[in-house]
Amino acid sequence: MTASNGRRRPYGGRSTLIAIISTAVFVVAVALVVGGSPSWPLVQQDFFDPDTFWRFLPVIARAFVLNIALFLVVEVLVLILGLLVAIVRNLPGPVFFPLRMVAVLFTDIFRGVPSLLIIYLLGFGIPGLQLPGVPSEPFLWAAVSLTLVYTAYVSEVYRAGIESIHPSQAAAARSLGLTRLQALRFVVVPQAVRRVIPPLLNDFIGLQKDTVLVSYIGLVEAFRTANIEQQAHFNYTPYLALSVIFLVITLPLTRLTDYLVARDRRRFLAGAR
Amino acid sequence: MTPEVVRIEGVHKSFGPLEVLRGIDLAVREHEVVCLIGASGSGKSTLLRCINLLEPIDAGRILIEGTDITLPTVNENEVRRGIGIVFQAFNLFPHMSVLDNVTLGPRRVLRTPRAQAEQAATDLLARFGLADKRDEYPDRLSGGQQQRVAIVRALAMNPELMLLDEITSALDPELVAEVLNVVRELAAGGMTMIIATHEMGFARDIANRVCFLDAGRILEEGPPSQIFTSPAEPRTRQFLDRVIAAGRM
Repeated sequence: MTASNGRRRPYGGRSTLIAIISTAVFVVAVALVVGGSPSWPLVQQDFFDPDTFWRFLPVIARAFVLNIALFLVVEVLVLILGLLVAIVRNLPGPVFFPLRMVAVLFTDIFRGVPSLLIIYLLGFGIPGLQLPGVPSEPFLWAAVSLTLVYTAYVSEVYRAGIESIHPSQAAAARSLGLTRLQALRFVVVPQAVRRVIPPLLNDFIGLQKDTVLVSYIGLVEAFRTANIEQQAHFNYTPYLALSVIFLVITLPLTRLTDYLVARDRRRFLAGAR
Repeated sequence: MTPEVVRIEGVHKSFGPLEVLRGIDLAVREHEVVCLIGASGSGKSTLLRCINLLEPIDAGRILIEGTDITLPTVNENEVRRGIGIVFQAFNLFPHMSVLDNVTLGPRRVLRTPRAQAEQAATDLLARFGLADKRDEYPDRLSGGQQQRVAIVRALAMNPELMLLDEITSALDPELVAEVLNVVRELAAGGMTMIIATHEMGFARDIANRVCFLDAGRILEEGPPSQIFTSPAEPRTRQFLDRVIAAGRM
């Protein structure tokens, strides 16, 4: 340990230096290539205009509240429904065959069709039926669409997690006299959920970004707001502002996911058997 | 003579084309300790898993205290309550503390109130030298400690029969003794046990009866003094010679 540390420290210092130099060279090269292009001033004005950026950032941020509300609602529903679908797919025995089929069909359909199409079909289709008593608010159908699509994704994540728990765990639980459902609830699912938190957060990042799709059924959320401002001012900088807002939301989640993956790798290596 | 706890009659079990148990007959009386010895793949573990209904049998029947537990109408969860099993790989629940591992069965299956279950578990843990590990998680314990917790977890259900499936095979050699001492204590307390083991010295000490399994049959059974010193079957002698040659006895 001491010997390797003694050797590693000067090497570490040198590699830091190399990293700094190569990054500097890289940044300068990119700046020269991009900034040196003949149309750069025009692009800068259309996409990176500081005045437009600061003027519309608060406007878009206010509209972004709708996106936040949407993904918070959907995330809660998806967490519960996804687990339910995964459990149904894992029900044993011939009695549950029809239920299992429904679950398989559900995941196949909603994983296989683009989210935007689902949003269109439900967002325009169901209010279009004008059924008495069926609400037609676009927010509702936007939430339903995203819930269906992401429940399908997340149920597969849960299912992979449940199947990754070694059968000996369920056997140990059953040997105590626990029923199949109790073994699932107290032993298998708690371990599975812990194991799938990183891929789950990954799907949540996808969901948060997909909230812009609901603008297509008439919801004036952040993307539509940026879009309106872009068309009114012939300037694309509002999109840049929205991108920055998204990064502020998704970057911490991305980092958290990476951290959890690294932590779990350590823990499961220690406790693995 | 004490009453019979287990009676196994003509049990057959196949995994696909592989017939693992080929007609097992065995009866175990209360307070009796029966050791199953034999090469890996001879069917020791499968027999234990069949008794606990973790594996369905293909033919024959198994009676626990006179009741046929292999009938399709039997509630397997109720049968398992009374039979404790300890596995080679411990199979503790890694997401639960030692205390929660031990109280899961009593609380969820026997519906023992939490405080009462925890008190009983704490007492049991203390009895086996694990009092200070009560709130630890399994990954913080040595293999020997984990296996002792697994034994306590099975005992917490107050089983009338314990099945031990090569419980020291996954342990470092220096940790074997602490686990075997627990089993000795159980035997001294009168626990009825069927033990699959490769520890011949231990089997000789603790068993009332030793069964030698070969290719899915009980080839020979008898008191340890006879099996280990003058086995009747050449196959038993061959097995024991190999075990001795490997320095395991």
